[in-house]
Order: sequence, then C-alpha cells, then structure tokens
Amino acid sequence: MTYREALSAGIEAALNADPRTFLMGEDVGRYGGCYAVSKGLLDKYGETRIIDTPLCESGFVGVGIGAALGGMRPIVEIMTVNFSLLAMDQIVNTAATLRHMSGGQFNVPVVFRMACGAGKQLAAQHSHSWENLYAHIPGLKVISPGTHTDARFMLAQALADPDPVIIFEHVMLLNESGEVAGQAEAPMEKALVRRQGQDVSLIAYGGNLHKAQAAAGQLAAEGISAEVVDLRCLRPLDKATLLASVAKTHRAVIIDEGWHSGSLAGEISAIIMEEGFWYLDAPVKRVCSAEVPIPYPAHLEQAAIPQVETIVAMAKAVMEGR
Amino acid sequence: MSNKLHINRDHLLEQLKQMVRIRRFEEKCAELYSQQKIRGFLHLYIGEEAVAVGAMAALDEDDQVVATYREHGHALARGLAMGPVMAEMYGKTNGCSRGRGGSMHLFDNARHFYGGNAIVGGGLPLATGLAMANKQQQQSSIAVCFFGEGAVAEGEFHESLNLAALWQLPVLYICENNRYAMGTALQYSESEMNIAKKAASYGLQVAQVDGMNVVDVEAAVRKAVDAVRDNQQPYLLECLTYRFRGHSSFDGQLYRDKAEVSEWEKKGPVKRLVRWLTEYNHFETEEMDQIERQVEAEIAAAVAFAEAGEWEAVEDLCKDVYSPTPSGDAV
Amino acid sequence: MSKIIDVTMPSLGADMTEGTLVEWQAKPGDTLNKGDIIALLETQKGMIDMEVYQQGVITELLLEPVVSVPVGTVMARMSVAGEAARPAAPEASYPVAQAAAIKSPPVTSDQSQQTVIPQPNRPRQGLLASPVVRKLAAEQQLDLSRLSGSGPEGAILLRDLPANGPEANAAGSPDPAQAMRSAIAAAMAKSKREIPHYYLSLEIDITRAQRWLADFNAERGPEERILLLALLLKAVARSLHKYPALNGYYQQQTFTPNSAIHIGNVISLREGGLVVPAIHDVDQLSVEEIMVRLRDMSERSRRGVLRSSELLDASITVSNMGERGSDLLFGVIYPPQVAIIGIGKPRKTMLIKDDQPELAEVVTVSLAADHRVSDGMTGARFLNALANKLQKPEKL
Repeated sequence: MTYREALSAGIEAALNADPRTFLMGEDVGRYGGCYAVSKGLLDKYGETRIIDTPLCESGFVGVGIGAALGGMRPIVEIMTVNFSLLAMDQIVNTAATLRHMSGGQFNVPVVFRMACGAGKQLAAQHSHSWENLYAHIPGLKVISPGTHTDARFMLAQALADPDPVIIFEHVMLLNESGEVAGQAEAPMEKALVRRQGQDVSLIAYGGNLHKAQAAAGQLAAEGISAEVVDLRCLRPLDKATLLASVAKTHRAVIIDEGWHSGSLAGEISAIIMEEGFWYLDAPVKRVCSAEVPIPYPAHLEQAAIPQVETIVAMAKAVMEGR
Repeated sequence: MSNKLHINRDHLLEQLKQMVRIRRFEEKCAELYSQQKIRGFLHLYIGEEAVAVGAMAALDEDDQVVATYREHGHALARGLAMGPVMAEMYGKTNGCSRGRGGSMHLFDNARHFYGGNAIVGGGLPLATGLAMANKQQQQSSIAVCFFGEGAVAEGEFHESLNLAALWQLPVLYICENNRYAMGTALQYSESEMNIAKKAASYGLQVAQVDGMNVVDVEAAVRKAVDAVRDNQQPYLLECLTYRFRGHSSFDGQLYRDKAEVSEWEKKGPVKRLVRWLTEYNHFETEEMDQIERQVEAEIAAAVAFAEAGEWEAVEDLCKDVYSPTPSGDAV
Repeated sequence: MSKIIDVTMPSLGADMTEGTLVEWQAKPGDTLNKGDIIALLETQKGMIDMEVYQQGVITELLLEPVVSVPVGTVMARMSVAGEAARPAAPEASYPVAQAAAIKSPPVTSDQSQQTVIPQPNRPRQGLLASPVVRKLAAEQQLDLSRLSGSGPEGAILLRDLPANGPEANAAGSPDPAQAMRSAIAAAMAKSKREIPHYYLSLEIDITRAQRWLADFNAERGPEERILLLALLLKAVARSLHKYPALNGYYQQQTFTPNSAIHIGNVISLREGGLVVPAIHDVDQLSVEEIMVRLRDMSERSRRGVLRSSELLDASITVSNMGERGSDLLFGVIYPPQVAIIGIGKPRKTMLIKDDQPELAEVVTVSLAADHRVSDGMTGARFLNALANKLQKPEKL
C-alpha cells in the first residue's frame, strides 16, 4: 500500500480502538485532507470524530491540548509543519510544560500530526523541516516514520503515550508504495538498523531514510559496506543504538533535511563526539540542506536538499578519513 | 452602477481588458501546469477578477499592496508586466522574483507590490506595519491588504485590526470572500459570517460590496481609499465573490456541487461587464474579439519570454539570503 | 490549415504522478471548445473533470477506460486550427526586477565541498592518527611511528594498522582478546626486530626500604598501606633526572628526551593480555600519592576504564611481577620508548658486608635499554644511582 494509505489505516485503527480518539484539523473532513490522507473518513465516522477546523492553528491546537487534558485522546492534524509555527506557543508553552509546571499532576496525551519536507517545489514558506525545533523541547516526544510499517503503527504508539507526541510525515513519501508488516517493529522510541554494514554508519530518518538506503546500495556496489540507522524517534534519541553502530563502523554520516547550522544532525554529531569519540576513525559528517530558504525552481530545490549522490560522496570521503 | 462614480466607456473597456487578461493568463497557467511547465501549488483567480481589477484602478502609484498566494490577478492588475510574471511561474531568472518565489511569491519593488504570501493571514500584520511606517513618516500613501475569508479565523486578522484601529493606521483591508477556505465553507469556520460586521466591532469603518461587479468594486474602493487617506484610519471592505476553479490545481472539489459553480459562473465578472456594455454602451462583438486578440498576443509573448528565460546557475544557490554588506559583498 | 495535437494525462498537482481514466466524455468526431470536458479522471483527491485547452475535433481516443496511466501519457488526439506554432519572439522590453546587484558569495556550505580544512599550525607532537587508532595503539602497545598513514596529511587510519587492513575489517570486529594478543605480538616483534637491546641487572639491598615501609604501614589500615613498588617507582623517577637518555622516545631515527617522567606500569589482565597505563610526573609525587595512583589504576585497568592520556604518555616502563614472579626478568622495550626496567621478586639472602655475612632482603632490578640512544655505562650508572636512592627511603 502507499504511505498515504498506511497513515490512513493507522488513523482508522485508532478511531476504532478508542471512542475518546478524534481527528481534528484544517480540511481533514469535507475536503478529504490537504494530502488526501483522511479522505472518506468523514462519511465513515461523522462530524464529531472527524472535525474540520477554521484556519486558526493556535486556537485549535490549544483546544486539542485542552481536550486531552479533559480526558480525550485527540489526533490534531496541522496541515503542514510550516503552519505549526502559528501554533508553536501552544505546543511549547503549554503542551510541553503542563506536566512539569503542575508538579506531575496533569499530563497531556495529545498527538500532533504534520506534513513536512521539501521536494514539491512549494518554495520558501511551504518546504520546511522544523523537526529540530520540536526535538529541542523537553516534554515533547518527536517521531518520524520513514517506513510504511511505521506510518501504519506509530500513531497507535503515540496515542498510547501519556505525553504530547509530534509525528512528522514527509510529503515525498505519500505516494510511495511499500510493504506493511502485521504489527509495529519496535517501540516508538527505538532506533532501528535498517541495513547492516561494517564500514560507515549512515544515520537518517523520515523522508531521507530511503535516500540513505539508496546510497548504501550504491556504496555496496563500490565495495563499501554502509550500515543504515533509522532514528525513528527524534526526541528522545536512542543513543545506545547510534553509538553501537558507530562503535562497529568507526565512521558516521548523518543525513538531515534541516539546514546545516543548528541541525538535528549537529546534535547527533555532538553525541558521537561526547560519547563515541574513541570509536572514530574519521570526522563525523553531515549531509544537510544548504543555508538558503528553499527556492522554487526544481534544480535549485534539489541542489539545496540532501541527495543520494551527496551521501555517497560524503561516505567515500569519510572512508578516506576526510 | 453606483456611488456617483463617473466612469466613461474607455475606462470600462480598459477594465474589461484587464479582467480578460487575468482570465486568459490563468487559463494558460492551468494548461502549462498540466504540462509541468509550472510546478508547486497553483491557485487560480478565475471568477474573482473584478476585485483586483476594480481595486487597483482606485489606488495611487505610491500605495503599497500586500496580497496572498492567489495573487496573479493582483500582480497583473497592479501593472507587473506579464512576461516576468509568467517567467516567475516557470522559475526562470527573468521572473519578477528572479525565479526564487514561483506562483505564490510574486514581488515587485517598483510597483510597491509586497508579494504573495503563502501563510494564511500572514499579510495582514505586514500591511498594518507598512501603514504604521507611512504614518510615522507622514507620507500620504496607504497600505492595501488583500486576503481571503479563511484568514478571518486566524489570530493575525484580529490582532492586526485591533492594532490598526487602536493606533489609527492608514490601512485598507480588502477581504475577498469567495465562500470557501480551501474546502471549508464559511458556515463551518465562522460563527458570525458577516465579516464586515466582525471588523466593525474593532472600531474600523467597514463596507460590503458585490465582488462580481468591477464597477461597484472600484467605486467602493475609491470611497474606502479616500476615507483611509483623508482620515488616517483603517477601513475594511468585504467583497463577496466566488472562485470558479478548485482551491489549487489539485482539488477534487468534494465540498461543493457543480450546480452551485454553474450558478455563480452565470454571474461571472467578465460576462456581467460585457452584458452591461452591450446594453448601455453599444458594445460590439468586434471590440470583444479585438480585446481577445490583443490578450492572446500578450500571453503568447509572455510565454515566449518565460521559455527564453535562463535557469539560475546552481553555483548561485545561496544568493540573496542576506543583504550585501557595506563593502558590497553579500554575506 | 490544421494540425493534430496530443491530449495527455494532465498533471494536476505536484503530488500527482498518475491518473485513472474513468470514462470518456466525448467521442471521435466531437468538436470541443477550450475548457470543455473530455474525460472524467480519478485521482487520490477524488473525481476530477479533465478539460481540453484548445478548440478542435477529436480524431481518436487511445485509451479504453478504466485505466491508470502516468502523467504525460497520450490519451487522445485532436485536430486543431493553425500550423505548427512558432514561438513568438520574446519581448525584450520588460523591465528587470529592481534589486541591489549582489555579488553572490562562493558556496561555503561545507556539505557540497570536500576540501580538507588546513590544520592550524602547531608543533607536530608525534603523529596524526584517528581517535580509534590512538586508542587501539595505546591498548595494544602499537608503535604508530612505524606506520605510514593514508589519511589526510598522512594521518594514520584504522586501515593502516597491520591487523586492521581491509581483509580484517571485512571479517567484522575481531575478538578483543585475540586482537590484544595480536597487537602485543606486533609491538613486541617490531621491538625485537628493530631495537638493539642491551641488558644489565643489579641486585639491590632493600632491607632499609622494607623496614621503613613496615614502620610506615604499622599505624595504617590495609587501604592506606604502601607497597614496595611505590617506593621503587619514586626511586626510579628520582634517578632518571640524571639519565635523560633512558626517558623519552625514539622516532624517525631521532631520540627526543621527555622532560616529564611518566612511568608506564605493566598490568596483566585476568583474561590474558596486558595494559600499560602511565602514572604522570612520578618525580613530583609523594610515595603515598604514587600508591593511591597505583591502586586506582590497577582497579580501573581490570574494569577497562583507562584514560587515553594514561595509555599514550608513558616515557619509560616498569615491569614488576611482585611476590609470585621470578628472581630476574628482562623486559622487551615498548616502542617508541627506549628503556624498560624489570623488578624481580624480593627475597631474603645473605649479603657480605664488611666481610661479615648479614641477612638482608634484596631485589634484582634489570634494565633493557635501546643501544641506539644510550650505552651500557649509562645504564649501569642509572642502576647504581637507583640502588643508592633506595638506601635512604625516608628521603624519597
């Protein structure tokens, strides 16, 4: 099935599993979802469980937080991560802090879903990768399904979590077809080694996982054995899996669609320096986005974001210790 | 025809031509999109031409315009040349934003056109700030902000109107109420569906106008502009209109039925003006044909201009992120 | 004049890659105006009417519904007016967008560039080697100076180590004990192959030293007691000041004496193999401080938590087998050091002093040193100086 269908199946399963769960967001109902993920659900579940909101991100996100506080299990869809900036105050100053501020008396079991990423020529206001903004915030959990099985099952894991969870769904994956397993592969906070290798760890997540896997394939043809680590969860990071991989391969290339400076990849690099320094045989490298708002023309957009060939070149460089 | 506005035949023909320019340009964009010459999101203005054409006719050269992601019509009516606008759709360096913005981000400094903005409601505080600067610098120009009724649900709408009224800023808010925020009808997003009434509660002068009638729009905007300029205070004009196409090029329009669209198409701004001209101004088919021919030639030239444009070199990827330093080098 | 044009599956959205023709809304021979509907398409966003962009007559329909085809697939053909269009000449009169002319910076984003950033100028203390190589070298007593590095600026990488060539890497991570054994093998073989050792030994009377220790330890609990080795190390360190040719590194045909005295101590691990962590600046420490370091270090060695500086910095090595050892041991120098001191096990014996036999406690101390740097006389003087120092333990 497609990634879109896997997400949709996950939403349906969640609605069936718990009467307290509902889906709320812009154009999730009558329009069928901006990216057609929730198409048909309004007819099936009705207006009390598939709720079209006005364009008021701060408002409906705050309402979702309140509903969670009041005993519901809301799935709040923010059409794209770009619009989540309008709701960031509610997410950061309320959802992430309530448990702590109340001395543990209140928790916020809300799930936020948002589309993210570049690649569709949507230009500078519609192509963001803000995962690292949210991964910076204590009190939030941030997950990024890069496989169809994760797209299908991570929502249930997020809903089972007593605290706010943000799910990033990369727009370039929606039409991709893939296999879905019968159940979740691992707890949501665990990173998984998607391909075993000896020479270099390619650390990726979400929309760039398949690029890392493609790069590993090309490298294999050239006699370089790359291991692919799928982070899956961006906060908290599964350090043990990361470090175990680097201990084995002695080299790391981190792939992240965020801008190079201040990227999540930078955080992972720091973790390796702090806790895996003596494993290293080469500098830790990052393949990130160029320091430019995402431009509209296709060739510039592609030049700005991580590419398979960039990952391959970077992996070869670290093999040389560069 | 109303509001004591003296409108002569030549002016009406000019307005008709402007609307046809936009209509045909948008149709060409839809075609080019289907051929993948234009990419990204494409939001067409077909059906709403009377608003931009009527409004722009009432503005001074120095007034500032802030628009939305459905802004091709505003750009053309404001006087941006069609070639650079089309080249921008292509993403070429001869585009009005040098190819970096695309359909949703048309800009033109010379015409004080502050761009398409892809964040709903994002333009309202911007226009309010432009107005603040005009007032502080005692300039007579005013800021004009176009936005859809969907933006009324955003906090930026309420915050901007309150600030503009509180500080008495010379800004004209023009709400293009086309009844659907993407797929969400007004009745599902606003408890009070009369937007003018909402705005009045913040202490703005307000009016509503038939946004399918270019003459009425122009008259209403003239009146509003005078009020803003003379009294140095904000004003909101709600234009009741309708888009004939989907929200963007990829829209199954599951949220409305075709009969409703056909009903509105009968009231279309181009048809309406043609009827008016035919009835009262001895308008000939030949004149319409001539307009169509001129527009067709202009569009063909614009497409050729876009086709002939250059792709930017990848080496220049990180250009225009920061302004040049005094030494003349960009950071 | 007329021409035939292709009607193709339109791309209606950036995320539309294919569409499904559900039914034709027109047939061959029909005249369609611009904007008329030719077909009904199904997409992931629902049913969408497909319009034609030109006026003309349908000449043929090429697809049979229902069928999904990629965007751009020819679905039908139409006959339209006109000839093959020549593009109109571009109008050159459009003003160019006004903006400050900006000299674009060179792309500095380091992700697209593979340039090696020059290292800051610094005195080349030893070699460039990656962290994992340094760690292995320290654990396994590898002499990196003998290796040529294949990394940037000649840095030594994992692949440059004898046991870590491509074939070893391909075989996966070797068993650590085996790796340590082969590393020791490599280092010792290199030492015996390249370093011309000379060997000396001297029996040293430690009766006073042991008596001093007994007095010192009498008042103290087991945790605070000082062992003979601490005293010996202090004596070695104090003696080395006058014999710099025994304390330093021989690399690239050059001997560099080390101003600081860092003594490596051989610690054998229960599971086999050795580690040789160094105590830094032994000459600056009191005997009690040396003892504290010794306890701490042997405990951490067994747990495998040694600091890199401890493993890399030794400028001379002492091997002490203690009570269960042999009377005499000659060590093999750890390159790039130039000397190793062996301590035999303390034993009681009869010494002849002033022609009288006297019961005494002695230990045989050996020196194996690098003949490229020093000669036997130097070594002998050093051993005698050490013996003298041990006669006045209270001064150590």
